[in-house]
Amino acid sequence: MLSRVADAIYWMNRYVERAENVARFVDVNLHLALDFPEAHSEWEPLIATTGDASAYRERYGAATRDDVIRFLTFDRDNPNSICMCLSKARENARTMREFISSEVWEQVNRAYWMVTEASKSGAALDSPHDFFTNVKQASHLFVGTMYLTMTHNEGWHFGRLGRLLERADKTSRILDVKSHMVEPGREDVPTPSDELHWSALLRSASAFEMYRKAFGNVVPAKVIEFLLLDDRFPRSVLYCLKKSERSLHAITGTQSGRWTNRAERELGRLNAELAYAEMKEVLARGLHRFIDDLQLRMNHVNDSIAETFFAVAAHDEGRPRTLPPLSRAE
Amino acid sequence: MELDHYDPGAFYDEMFESRGATRPETTLLAQRLRSLADAEVRARQTAAERALLARGITFNVYGSDAGTEKIFPFDLIPRVVPSGDWRTIERGLKQRVHALNLFIGDIYNKGRILDAGVVPRSLIESAKGYLRPCQGILPARDVYCHIVGTDLVRDRDGQFYVLEDNLRCPSGVSYVLENRRVMKRTFPQVFDQLKVRPVDAYPSKLLETLQSLSRASSPTVVVLTPGIYNSAYFEHSFLAQQMGVELVEGRDLVVRDGRVHMRTTRGLMPVDVIYRRMDDTFIDPVELRRDSMLGVPGLLDVYRHGRVALANAPGTGVADDKVIYTYVPQIIEYYLGEKAILPNVPTYRCEDPKALQYVLDHTDELVIKAANESGGYGMLIGPHASSAEVAEFREKVRANPREYIAQPMLALSRVPTISDEGLAGRHVDLRPYVLYGEDIYVLPGGLTRVALRPGSMVVNSSQGGGSKDTWVLAEEGSC
Repeated sequence: MLSRVADAIYWMNRYVERAENVARFVDVNLHLALDFPEAHSEWEPLIATTGDASAYRERYGAATRDDVIRFLTFDRDNPNSICMCLSKARENARTMREFISSEVWEQVNRAYWMVTEASKSGAALDSPHDFFTNVKQASHLFVGTMYLTMTHNEGWHFGRLGRLLERADKTSRILDVKSHMVEPGREDVPTPSDELHWSALLRSASAFEMYRKAFGNVVPAKVIEFLLLDDRFPRSVLYCLKKSERSLHAITGTQSGRWTNRAERELGRLNAELAYAEMKEVLARGLHRFIDDLQLRMNHVNDSIAETFFAVAAHDEGRPRTLPPLSRAE
Repeated sequence: MELDHYDPGAFYDEMFESRGATRPETTLLAQRLRSLADAEVRARQTAAERALLARGITFNVYGSDAGTEKIFPFDLIPRVVPSGDWRTIERGLKQRVHALNLFIGDIYNKGRILDAGVVPRSLIESAKGYLRPCQGILPARDVYCHIVGTDLVRDRDGQFYVLEDNLRCPSGVSYVLENRRVMKRTFPQVFDQLKVRPVDAYPSKLLETLQSLSRASSPTVVVLTPGIYNSAYFEHSFLAQQMGVELVEGRDLVVRDGRVHMRTTRGLMPVDVIYRRMDDTFIDPVELRRDSMLGVPGLLDVYRHGRVALANAPGTGVADDKVIYTYVPQIIEYYLGEKAILPNVPTYRCEDPKALQYVLDHTDELVIKAANESGGYGMLIGPHASSAEVAEFREKVRANPREYIAQPMLALSRVPTISDEGLAGRHVDLRPYVLYGEDIYVLPGGLTRVALRPGSMVVNSSQGGGSKDTWVLAEEGSC
């Protein structure tokens, strides 16, 4: 397949997944804020999760409910707002409409228009829960449509690869925000308010019910283990990275356990380490440091994928990526 | 829906012979429309527009910042083409495309028609669409114009005329297919028993046409687009998708070892046939326009050596020159020894001093067109223009008569169209699509463009035009 198209389907999936994650943790935070009405600071970590804290402070100052929602949802100057993520997903989809199925295109297009309409009508601030539910569902429909209407070939695997790497990154960031609560030496006896926070964190990853079935009581170390190292929960980091590796091998045809390029080697090594990691080690090292290192390595995997498969298109004699039209319609 | 008060006016109306009296071929359709409530028609019109937006069937408008993506407005009332009219159109188009193809092959090779003095040599050499680097190139099967979208208009007397030939990269066929699809989805009951000929075969026919240009047993075909900002980008991706071939941009292609390749995740892969949807002067910055950022360096030379096929062949634009258009009846006669089945619109060539004088004296009655513009640009509609505009055009024509032609103002036929004041007559044209591979095929349908502004005769999408589904009816007794 064309390198340019591989790049586009990879990023289309990353952007849809990113929009869904932003919707999910804003939604959870709204609920949490109703339990702690005085705690304005609770909106701060949200911006940290998307990695845009300094851009936010520069433009809005203090983190208030409405400003944070606006920033993360509709702000066209925030490249990671839901609106911009879906807009970029759609731009990517447009460059390869012939490649994806019509159903996938229509789903991305519809999601984009849904958010655009909501930003005009003010619906997101009036009934935020409905709005964020719509965004999540749009993403789920997108994933299902990809799964059911496209051949699971090379292009499909590039899409899944993008989506899963994005999801692993976001789950790790959600955890990172709470990492200060489990610094080594801190009492590991959760207060009632801690429990609320850890439950909210599970909900941010749609993991609360599944966690309950696996572990029962909400215990920080178990929550971390579930979100990092569970190999069957679809939003846990290990699950995402394992499936990413399978997609990568489906693309290259390399046997599992071997590697033929840097992306395969880096992702394989990371997976092996996580698969054999123990929570004791993670906590002893410090959760924040562990996650920092994890994110760095996932970024390397992303870069290696780009270099291995997309670079033929990207480094093309220094041409700009998009060009103005030259021929008119007759 | 109220039809009895519809006023066909002093024009040829495609549905009504006179007020209240439908044409025999449209009686059944009119009956269906009468049985529908106005509110329902409006609801379906809205539903159709929403469906087009959801499917992203949009075009880009140049020079407009606000929402550059628009749907091509669609009107639910179809335009019917009776089978008898269609028979003439089909024969006429086959004849015309056959002759034009011989003409293009001739002027890029021996130039017999120029030696014979039927078409002046100076005219060819001064035509913007004439590409000197293409001289002497012989494409596969000697076919140059594989995809043609001829613009036809019907005048007051009911006669169809050829307005333009469009041999470069005619757009709009995706709307033909999508309009039909939306129509079937939102208005299924009107089709019943009407024997409308299907248009779905187009993508398969197009693919066959493109494949026939290569000797490879399973040739790799691609569609070459300028990119997502091109006004017809939707169509480029649509056609690639419907044919199941790659949609490429110039930067996806590269010339290596005498062949054109595309850059893939597994390295370079050779390409056999390129359906180029960009102006031919942009396809190769080495031999054609040097400032082109869209093309593929070295492409023309690979083509010259027969190692890649291009559709349409570069250089076909020469016949789109509106002065050369005026010679088409003689061209048909010269190559085929036949009279043109579809007449041209009578045209004044401003380079002829007598014609020029007439045009200058009657500018306010005529339609004046630049010979090498399209899309409704570079055009003056005398009867609708201000005196300042008329004066300005007079100057332009006087300064450069070779570049202008003039035609009488035609009274384009009308079709009932949904408007704010109920059903109203709006002017239309018709663009059928012709494919030329192993033989010549005319798609039984076409793009009916409609000028949505009351009284306007400009149907271009860039100038407030919309479109309608076009129903070519099957012959009696067939199905």
